[in-house]
This record gives sequence, structure tokens and C-alpha cells, in this order.
Amino acid sequence: MTNMKRQTQVMLVLILALVLIPLFVSSKFWMGFWVMLLFHALIGQSWNILGGYGGQTSYGHAVFFGTGAYVTAVMQTHFGVNAWAGAGVAIAAGAVVGLFIGAVSFRYGLRGSYFALVTLAFAEVFRVLVNAWDFTGSGFGMLLALKPGAAHMQFADRQWFYYLVLLLTIMATGVAMWLESSRFGAHLVAIRENEDAAKALGINTFRVKLKAIVISAALAATAGVFYMQYFLFVDSHIGYGPSMSISALLVPLIGGPGTVLGPFIGALSLGVLSEITKHTMGDSPGANLMAYGVLLLIVLRFLPNGLMGLFRGRS
Amino acid sequence: MSEDKRNPTLVNQPRRRLLQVVGASGAASALGMPSVAFGQASTRTVKIGMIQPMTGMFAYNGAQGMVGAKMAADEINAAGGIRSMGGAKIELVIGDSQSKPEAAVSEVDKLSEQGISCFVGGYASGLALTATQASARNKVPFLVDGAVSDQITGRGLYGVFRLAPGFKQITDVALQNLTNINDATGKQVKTVALVFEDGAFGSGLAKTLAGELPKRGFEIVESIGFPTPTRDFTNIGLKLRSSKPDLIIPSCYLNEYVLLARSIHQNKVPKKAIYSVIGGGASNMKFVREFNAAAQGIMDCNHWIDPRKQRSQRLVSALDAAKLDLTYEVLLNYSNVLLAIDAIEKAGSGDREKINQALLSSTFDGHVMPYGPTKFVNGQNEGARPINTQIQGMKVEVVYPPEYATAKMVFPVPLG
Amino acid sequence: MFDIGILTAVTLNGLTVGAIYALGALGLTLIYGVLHIINFAHGSTLMMALYACFFLHQRAGVDPYTALLIVPPAFFVLGYAMQRYLIAPLGFGKDINVLLVTLGISIILDNLALYLWTSNTRNIDIPQAQVFIELGMISLALPKVIGVVASIVVGLLFWLLMTQTDLGKAIRAVARERRGARIVGISVDHIFAMSFGIGSACIAVAACLLIPTYYVTPKVGDGFVLIAFTTVVLGGMGSFIGALVGGLFLGVVEAWSGLWLGESLGQIGVFIIFILVLLFKPNGLFGQRNT
Repeated sequence: MTNMKRQTQVMLVLILALVLIPLFVSSKFWMGFWVMLLFHALIGQSWNILGGYGGQTSYGHAVFFGTGAYVTAVMQTHFGVNAWAGAGVAIAAGAVVGLFIGAVSFRYGLRGSYFALVTLAFAEVFRVLVNAWDFTGSGFGMLLALKPGAAHMQFADRQWFYYLVLLLTIMATGVAMWLESSRFGAHLVAIRENEDAAKALGINTFRVKLKAIVISAALAATAGVFYMQYFLFVDSHIGYGPSMSISALLVPLIGGPGTVLGPFIGALSLGVLSEITKHTMGDSPGANLMAYGVLLLIVLRFLPNGLMGLFRGRS
Repeated sequence: MSEDKRNPTLVNQPRRRLLQVVGASGAASALGMPSVAFGQASTRTVKIGMIQPMTGMFAYNGAQGMVGAKMAADEINAAGGIRSMGGAKIELVIGDSQSKPEAAVSEVDKLSEQGISCFVGGYASGLALTATQASARNKVPFLVDGAVSDQITGRGLYGVFRLAPGFKQITDVALQNLTNINDATGKQVKTVALVFEDGAFGSGLAKTLAGELPKRGFEIVESIGFPTPTRDFTNIGLKLRSSKPDLIIPSCYLNEYVLLARSIHQNKVPKKAIYSVIGGGASNMKFVREFNAAAQGIMDCNHWIDPRKQRSQRLVSALDAAKLDLTYEVLLNYSNVLLAIDAIEKAGSGDREKINQALLSSTFDGHVMPYGPTKFVNGQNEGARPINTQIQGMKVEVVYPPEYATAKMVFPVPLG
Repeated sequence: MFDIGILTAVTLNGLTVGAIYALGALGLTLIYGVLHIINFAHGSTLMMALYACFFLHQRAGVDPYTALLIVPPAFFVLGYAMQRYLIAPLGFGKDINVLLVTLGISIILDNLALYLWTSNTRNIDIPQAQVFIELGMISLALPKVIGVVASIVVGLLFWLLMTQTDLGKAIRAVARERRGARIVGISVDHIFAMSFGIGSACIAVAACLLIPTYYVTPKVGDGFVLIAFTTVVLGGMGSFIGALVGGLFLGVVEAWSGLWLGESLGQIGVFIIFILVLLFKPNGLFGQRNT
């Protein structure tokens, strides 16, 4: 499995490079750039587990992300729970939501576009609910009290946020690597390639898919917790709106779905693309985003398998 | 005819990141400033960062905000710039928040490292809350424009100032004014319907009103929240028609406000008055022009100019001449940029801490708002308040409090 | 709970709103039924068509009903070209890629509109919008009634097209069995593009009927995308009767849940239905038994 070995080597080099970044970056803005880059890699990796490896395209991944953000906010604000404990509860809540949606959708055999749309619908339902409910801040959203300190998972120095999100992203990537070398992962990929054939081979497709969505949801919820701690604010649009869902799928799809490094490459390219277009065309509203869209299409034209296609040498 | 004859020239032009000083703008000359011909720009500039949503769902509001900001900067530059700094010019640098907190924070960080002396903007509460957290970390003063959440000020963050009123101030004044107005007519209005957008400011206002109105003798017969965007208001019009409130209190953004008002008008909802609190369209000239029949008599308790001030008159004329709409984003950003410039003038430099100190002790009255001189306590300008306007004919008149009124209030509004 | 007067009024209004949903869904369901793609650029297309109607009115004095002769055909051509020369080549036939392509197109169109026409809201006021038809408690603006009639007419035209013309037969063949259709000599690429063109034309019709009672901004399409998808799924992906009935039904459902739960929470009514349909009857009310 030289591919595995090569991949592990690349990962280690990448991790080393990422760990060293704060030493070279003194600008707050650029540090923030790297934090958001890793954040997008994290949520992208969470989507990748279910969508990239499992082939179950979710259009509403925000449903898990938002749950992570809101639950930890509610835990801390209404129940006075410590940030780290709140995070634990939030991640568990995300997993439960994943379990629910997965159980319901897969039990009734939803696939392809139908599954994608049902995730979108669930995200919208959650959005309307948290926006209507006072407990979750209704239209105001939730604001966490500013309490800098590691004990509260709020760091005065952005560097520590960086290391935190890096750690989380490495963990998520570890899950992806595990998928590449485990039986469970092989089953998952088999389901992606041809679900009926996999079933005929004796794989319990329901259970495998369910496990995948729970893992994916937990990771997305983790991203939600991080977002909440970093920005201290969430509302129904941020938490459950289409913006985060689109980021979650765009990152791995552009980078290379079903690969370990895909989300990193996707997050890096999209982040750089975004900054370049803002820098060169930020003056006229809309111009830079138009350029972003055009460049996106260009990438799709030449690299239909995502940017990883560059390294794979296959089309 | 309701074609959009207004050609929003200032809004349409590709925006320059760095406002050029050379060539006084049309706005400055319309404001009666001597059109002084400058040679090359003088060496010193003081940069103000504008954190506005130029794209995304609040793009219109951000664009309007920049109109006001640009007018203020142009005006001061045409008049000689910052005198205490030997004529240094003001440069506005736009940071597009894209209507998203992540981008707001990113722009604050970016501009903080590009020598910005202070920030103006925010617009929406979510954007303002996160942007000010970032500016506080960078120790740069931030003047919040329209965002009303009470949590924006009072968090103990460095350099956060809000010239305009927050929720509490707005609702207190709106309620008091309504009570006074109603009392003066012999308490003709007894029943109220609340119609509000379900986001931060709409539901917040509704909640407060729901608690306070009964205490002042009003009965709430209907409370309707709706999402932004809402595609159709006929249902709401029907509900209102069947509950027959004396007074309708809408709080929402421009587009929905227009649809709502049209629906109320079309469904012939019997009512004595429409009294908006921060009604998105109720003091918007575009609405007055395009749907005049539906707009008649609508009152608003909103951010508005002090009509007695000469500067306000000049601003209104300048906007008219440039064929731009007068909306509260324009007023607030115009005033906030002038406030920032005043602080820079007092500080005598572009130094952030000096500007912060100047703001803390500011008693600025050169703005166009009906607040009197500024006095910031925990970041909030104490004298801030909304005032009451009413659409009469083709104009938006100020009708209350009496000392600001430009026309006599018609309350209740005769049916028809 | 509510008197019959209000219920009737609300239902009638729901039908007029649903008519617009139905028109939007007709286009989307054709595109889905034939190409099996979820068109993320649906809302953006609606927005562009609304701007087209607006500028025709503002610059040339053409009212939206006359514009029905101009805008839908133009969008047919644009839609054909978009599918044939943009989506198909960039999509490589893979669903995921097509999704991203339509997403990219929507980003470009939304921001193009912002760049060219700014974010100022555009409205038009036509005499028909001031005419009201009283039906019991409700007075419906004439454009809305026209919308209902138009949606039925368009639905009928669709049915005629699909069942009585060669093109329609070819489209149905491709929808059911792509490879087989190719074998018998049908140009699948052409049919795909025709379907996308017709679908886009449908959306343009919806825009002409919507503009008298609504407004245009670069982001106006966003509010219609989810409801359009819901309608398509409810009616059955690929079924035109389904889109028509589904749209009208959802308009009424939305109106009723708005009445009972309030407009904000009432939005849930639509999505709960969406989820239930997906789970228990994924082929929708009228869909074919397809995977």
C-alpha cells in the first residue's frame, strides 16, 4: 500500500508545516485567514466523510454545524456550563441529530437527490425553529459572554485558536485516513460505488451509512462549537442557513471528494481565490464574487475530479 | 409612474477604495462649499475604515451607508481637511463585510493593519457585535451606525461607540411619543396590532412593545411575525382586516414594508393609523414616490434628521440633487463620519488612543441628528433618540416632538 | 377556530401564490425529470427574468403581459445555450459536478446583477395592479388572478407539448431511457438543451406574472428556490400535473400554516410536508416509479 504510505508522509509534512505557521505569521489578519482556512477544512472534512467517501451528498450540512454552535451556546448561557463541557454536549447533540436524520432518511431508502433535498429541508426546519424560539435567542441569535481564558475556550491570543482548530482538523483527517484503511471505510466506498451491489455482497448498508452520518455530524458539530467560541455569535442564518451548507460541500468537492487531502486543498484554494478576487476587485460590489464564480467554473472545466486530480494524474 | 428614474450615480460608480481628494465632488458644491481647486493631494491622510455590507443580503443598506459617509468625507476635505493636522485629508477605506460576520471580522483585522485610525459601520447587529469584538482586540475605535442591539454597547469593550439609539432608547421614546400623541387626541387609539420581521430587530422590538403597551392602556389584539423575505402579505392583510386594530405598528425592512403597506391598503384594512417603529419603508422617499396612495399618513418613529439644522437642509438638498434616496443609513453614516472627523480634529492626529479619548469626552453637535451634543456613557450616546415622521402628500414630514415638527400631525388618519 | 370567511379568503389567496410556485416548479421539474439535475441556478434565472421584465417596462414601456411574448422565448434560447454549451461540457455527466456548475452559475448571475444594477429595489406599477376582484372577504389584485389562469394555461400547453408533439415524445423517451433514446437516433444532447430551454422559459413566464405584485433585487430569487424544490418533490419529479397541483397545494398549505402558526413558524408547514413526502412517497403525488 505505497499509496497509503505516500499519503501518510504527505500528511505529516503538511501537519508539520501547519504547526509552524504561527511562527511565521505575525499579522492578525493573516492569522485569522489561516484559522478560517482550517475551519473550512474541518467542516469540509466532515462533509467528506459522508459525501466524499460515502457518496451521500448532503445539501444541508449546516443542520449539524448549527446544532453544535447553538447547543454549546445554550449550555453556557442558560445552564452556566463550562465551555469544554458544553462542547462535549454539543458534539453529542450533533451526533444525535445525525442519527435521527440518518435513521429516518436511510430507513426509507432515500438516495441521491432525494437524500440531498431532505437534508436541506431539515436544515430549514431547524432554522425556522431556532429563530422562533426564545430559548435559542429567537431573531437575536446567541451571544456568548466574553471570558478570555483557556478554561472558557476563549483565547486572547489568536494563535491558540489556531492550534485548537488545527487539532480538530487533524482529528477529522485522522478519521478520513482510518476510512481509507479500514474495513468500514471499504464498505462505505463500496456503497458509494454501487449500493445495490454492496447490499448483495452482504454489507449492512443501512448500518454503515448510519455510522457514517453520525461521524460526519459529530465532526460538523465540532466545527460549530469552534465557530461559536471564535466569533462568540450565532444566529439562525449563520447556524442553519445555506451559506455554511454550501461551504461544507464546496470545499471537498473542489479539493477532491473522497480523498484525505481534498478538504485541505479545497479550503486553501478557495480561501486564496477569495482573497485574490477581493484584493483585485474589491472595489465594485459583486465584481469579485463574479470572478470567484468564473474561476470556480474554470476549475470544474479542467479538473472535474477536484484539484486532487492534479496529483492523481488520472481524469 | 413608478419607474426608478433616480439614477443612483454615486452608488453605481465603481467604488474607489481610496477616495481621491483632487476635484471637489458635486455633492460638496451642492452643499454650498466653495469649490476650491486643489493641486496634488497634500501628503497626510487619515484613514477611516468603513465596515459595510456591500454584497449579500444587506447590499442596499451598505451602499446607502457609503453614500452618507462619502458625502461627509467629501464635505470636510473640500473645506480644507483636518485643520489641527495642517489640512490632512480624510480617506475612506471600504471593508466589505458581505453581510457575514466572518468577513466583517476579517476586514476589521485587515484594515487595522493598514493604518486605519478608526472604524465606522456594522449595520446589522450580528455584524456589529462581531466586528466590534475584533476592533476592540486591535484597539481601534469603532463607531457603530444603525445596529440596535442593546448588547453592542456596555460589554466593556475598547473603543465601541454608538451615536444612534439602541433598542431600549428607541422603544422607550416610541412608546412615550405614542402615548403622548394618543393622549392629546383623547385616547382615540385603544387596540394595537404588531407586525414585525422575525429577525433580531423586529422580534426584539415586538417583545418590548408587547410588554410595555398594556401598561400604558393599549390592548394588543394581534401580533404577527414574518420572515424576511416574505413572498406575500395578503394573509397578513386579511388577519389585520378581521381583527380591526385601531393602530398597526410595523417593524421590518424596506421591501417587506412596501408589500405590507400595499396589502393593508389593498385589503382596505380599517385602521386609525399606522405607527411604525423603525419601519423600513415608512420614511423612505422611494416608497413615497412609487406607491404614494398606500403611503399616505403612515407615521414612523425612526432615525431621522433634525430638520432645524442648516446642515440637515443642505444634506437633503445635496441628496436630492444627486438623485439619491434619503434613508437612515445615509443619515447615520454621514453623522458618524462627521463625529469621527471631529474626534480626529480634537485629537490632532490619527492616533487611535487619542481619538478614543476624544470620543469619550465628545460633545459633538455638528451631526444632523436630533440628539443635541453627544455624551457617551459606556459607549452609548445618551441623548440619542428616534423622532416621529409622517408621510403627507409627496413628502416625509417631521411631526413630533413639536419643537422639531415641520408639519402638523394628522392623527388619527381619516379613513380612505 | 377561524371563521369560514377567513379560511376561504386565505385559501383563495394561497391558490394565487401557489400558481407562481407551480409555474416555477414546472420548469424545474422538466429539468429534473429529463436531466436528473438539481438546478441551483433556478432562483438566479427567476431573478434575471424579473430584471428583464423590469427593464422592458422601464425603458420600452412594455407591460409584463406583453413581455410574455418576449422574455420567455429569450430565456428559452438562453437556457438552451446554457445547458448545451456551459453545463453539459463542464458537468461531465456527473451529478456532483453539475451541481457545482449550477452553483457557480448562480454565484455569477447574482453578483452580475448586483454589479450592473446595484441592490436598489426595483418596482413597477401597472394599471392592472390597481384593479381588484372581490371574492367574499378578500380582494385579489388582478395580476394574481391572471397568474392562476396563466399557470393552468401553461400547464395545459405543457401537457399538449409532451403528449402530442414529436419533441414531447422525444423528451419523454430521453427522460425514461437515455441510452435507448440515443440508440434510436434521438440527439440526447439536443433534447437535454431543449428541456433546459423550455424549463427556463417557464421560469420566465412566472417572472412576468410575478412582477406586478412583487419586486426585484439581486437576491430576490433566494426566497423561491426552496419552495420550488419542495413543489417539484411533492408533485413528483418529472410530472407536470404534479408541479401544477403541487404548487397550488403548497400555496394553500403555506397560507393555512401561516394562519395557524404565524407566518414565521408557519414556514415549517411546507418543509414538514416536504420531509414527509420524501420519506413516505418520494415519487410524489404523481411521479413515475423511477429510481
